[in-house]
Amino acid sequence: MAKASTLFTYALRLGDDSLIIGQRLSEWCGHAPTIEVDLSLANVALDQIGQATHFLALAGAIEGKGRDADALAFKRDVLDFTNCLLVEQPNGDFAQTIARQFLFSHYQALLFGELAQSKDERFAAIAAKAAKEVAYHANLASDWVVRLGDGTDESRTRMDQGLQWMWRFVDELFVMDEVDAAAQKAGVGVDKAALRAAWDQRIDGVLNDATLARPASRRPALGGRKGHHSEHLGHVLSEMQFLQRAYPGAVW
Amino acid sequence: MYTTDLSGKQQADKIAEDPALVAAFEARVANDDFIEPKDWMPEAYRKTLVRQISQHAHSEIVGMLPEGNWITRAPNLRRKAILLAKVQDEGGHGLYLYCAAETLGTSRQQMIEALHSGKAKYSTIFNYPTLTWADIGAIGWLVDGAAIMNQVPLQRTSYGPYARAMVRICKEESFHQRQGYEIMMALCAGTKDQKRMAQDALDRWWWPSLMMFGPPDDNSPNTAQSIRWRIKRETNDELRQKFVDVTVPQAEAIGLKVPDPALSWNDARGHYDFGDIDWDEFYAVVRGEGLVAKERMTARIQAWEDGAWVREAAQAHAMKREAAKLAAE
Ligand SMILES: [Fe+2]
Ligand SMILES: [Fe+2]
Repeated sequence: MAKASTLFTYALRLGDDSLIIGQRLSEWCGHAPTIEVDLSLANVALDQIGQATHFLALAGAIEGKGRDADALAFKRDVLDFTNCLLVEQPNGDFAQTIARQFLFSHYQALLFGELAQSKDERFAAIAAKAAKEVAYHANLASDWVVRLGDGTDESRTRMDQGLQWMWRFVDELFVMDEVDAAAQKAGVGVDKAALRAAWDQRIDGVLNDATLARPASRRPALGGRKGHHSEHLGHVLSEMQFLQRAYPGAVW
Repeated sequence: MYTTDLSGKQQADKIAEDPALVAAFEARVANDDFIEPKDWMPEAYRKTLVRQISQHAHSEIVGMLPEGNWITRAPNLRRKAILLAKVQDEGGHGLYLYCAAETLGTSRQQMIEALHSGKAKYSTIFNYPTLTWADIGAIGWLVDGAAIMNQVPLQRTSYGPYARAMVRICKEESFHQRQGYEIMMALCAGTKDQKRMAQDALDRWWWPSLMMFGPPDDNSPNTAQSIRWRIKRETNDELRQKFVDVTVPQAEAIGLKVPDPALSWNDARGHYDFGDIDWDEFYAVVRGEGLVAKERMTARIQAWEDGAWVREAAQAHAMKREAAKLAAE
């Protein structure tokens, strides 16, 4: 049986990942290259916000201190956010956004596939529903990686640059720290390190279709799970949390 | 309104058309038959429709901007998801409408270029800024509310693809209206600051919402023709009156005051009387002098230009795949 604090952190990390990438994607709304793309990015954002709501509500329930999903989303600062560094990276151009989504959605697809088998039914139920959503996101992003990689010279260069920007944040996705290990040992969490081989295979397959080279390995950027983020997250939070901070106690 | 005629008096059509065809067309329209893309139609009818439907589509797309402005700042997760879905719906409306207009022989590309060059119009309402969260409530309640007034009759408009697009769109607009009103209700049940926000939003959005229905009937040169062709089914003033009659009690129910000292119930007419609309402001906004008109167009043009390489890449990729498929056969 895992400690409540372990499961709280475990749920929080899942919720924070979805929340921050959902927030990032929603910045695109109204500004995408075509209406169809606009709609599809909004779809992904909506799914992610929905997942965040479920995982953060679960975290709040496990914690048992009366914090609901909104309290967790809107009233924590950078040091208490536990998302991976990848999801907080700026949208950049469309290729950079797609690179982020591609790397992250394939990770989420593998993760939720496993988490749906969790002994803890609360996690399993959220993951089972989310698994279908993120499988679609992974396909959508892969299709764009192929189109952009094997499109024009410009799109290829941009797709390559997008991957170069995001690649240093990949290793963090698969790190198993003490929280992950304890959650896994209790039969609740997933052995993320064990997902890496399948992830590599998926990514390499798509990059191959896209005629793109896999970026070179490099020293991983880590820290997100412990609240040590890039400079970007503070700005994401200050925008997202503005109303809750400016009008404490108000109900919306 | 998204579909209000913002052009001047239309030139009479110069093309000589077969009187028998014209008569048959007019009879079908008078009989409430739907006109379909392959049917013969007078050139002026086609032009009016392209103008109206594309303007409607542009309004949906430009209309994503003032509300999109608040998605990242929505006050809680539920409101964020609802707003995101709402703005996404508006994009979907734009898409169906561009498709409906394309059945009349004008491409989406042409329509978008007409928007960006300033040749095509979009609803004046989206040239007003969204300053506070309450503006998101006010837009849903008033702007989507006004859109419904205008679009419900368009479900029976004479051009089939347009009428069918409207059926789908109207369902979603009524959700939007309710969600907007619900935001206002929450604010009005909230703190002093929230109530202030709500009242201020109504103060700013009320008159522009009434202007959405377009110029008064005596100054609306193309209305008669459009009504005869069943492109339009009620006049601007009729729709505006309906909107006022429905909306005033909604404002009162949540303790908001409509910013019009002349507003009063007229028992004899069975309608509200209301004050004069500042038409100078309306025409200035039509001319492109709205407070954030430049921001709106700049954002649309930038999105389009920044996305050009993506559209080109998608096309290039599709052609490569097509060529590979042919080579394999
Ligand atoms: Fe709409
Ligand atoms: Fe709407």
